[in-house]
Amino acid sequence: MKLVRMKPGHGDVVLAEGDPGVAEDEERLIEEFRRQLDLGMWAAVPTAEGMRHEATMVRDFSEVPKDAERVVFFPPAAGG
Amino acid sequence: MTLVAATSVVVIAVLAVVGFGPTLAERLRRRRTRRAAEPAPPPYDPGRERRAEARARKLLRAVVTAEEYAMYEELGFIALDGAEGDSGYGYLLYPHRPIVAYDTKTSELLSEYCVAFPDRSEPALGQRLPDADDVLAKWMSLRAGERELISMANMHVPGRQVDPDQARRDLIRLREWRGRRVQQAA
Repeated sequence: MKLVRMKPGHGDVVLAEGDPGVAEDEERLIEEFRRQLDLGMWAAVPTAEGMRHEATMVRDFSEVPKDAERVVFFPPAAGG
Repeated sequence: MTLVAATSVVVIAVLAVVGFGPTLAERLRRRRTRRAAEPAPPPYDPGRERRAEARARKLLRAVVTAEEYAMYEELGFIALDGAEGDSGYGYLLYPHRPIVAYDTKTSELLSEYCVAFPDRSEPALGQRLPDADDVLAKWMSLRAGERELISMANMHVPGRQVDPDQARRDLIRLREWRGRRVQQAA
């Protein structure tokens, strides 16, 4: 699983990577996940089932499916 | 005589430290600070922005469907159906421009939803995400929670920021583009 964040001037940046099934990796992923949410970022988990691609917003690491390939962090929306 | 000379040297040294010490220490501190401070990145660097867009496109490609990615590459926007599938309306997602809602049967423009994703974490690099990231942020927000995003956006009648003639031309381009893809696949 990769935790990536969209950033101006960078594109996406990999914040952390690991196997959530491994305790040490999971701890690192959870720590980074919380840090990004504390910074005010939104977190989305993209999924694909056949031709249908979807995304789910998550607010806690426990909501992230164990087999998710990536969690994408991006700044929260504001009315333009 | 030797004792007097030695004492004089010590006294002179002490006076020098007292007199010039603070100035020298300040100069040393300033030099260290100058060395430690990294030069600020330029506010706009076309090369940096191009590289960022290339990375953002890779992420977009990994998340949206192949058709949506091809649409973005070839037309410059993504057309997305409303949440309920055959709901009769859809959205045009342009980078850094409002989301345009339209009737999928008549192509009538319905409304504009002004929404942005400003990132204030690194002011030196600006607040704008790369174009592909901005489109992907809209795509994920709509897919994950259409009502939440739309309720947060400022809604306007069509034409406030996106030229309605341009949007209508884009819908024609989209129809033709889809037609070509169907022909190529056949």
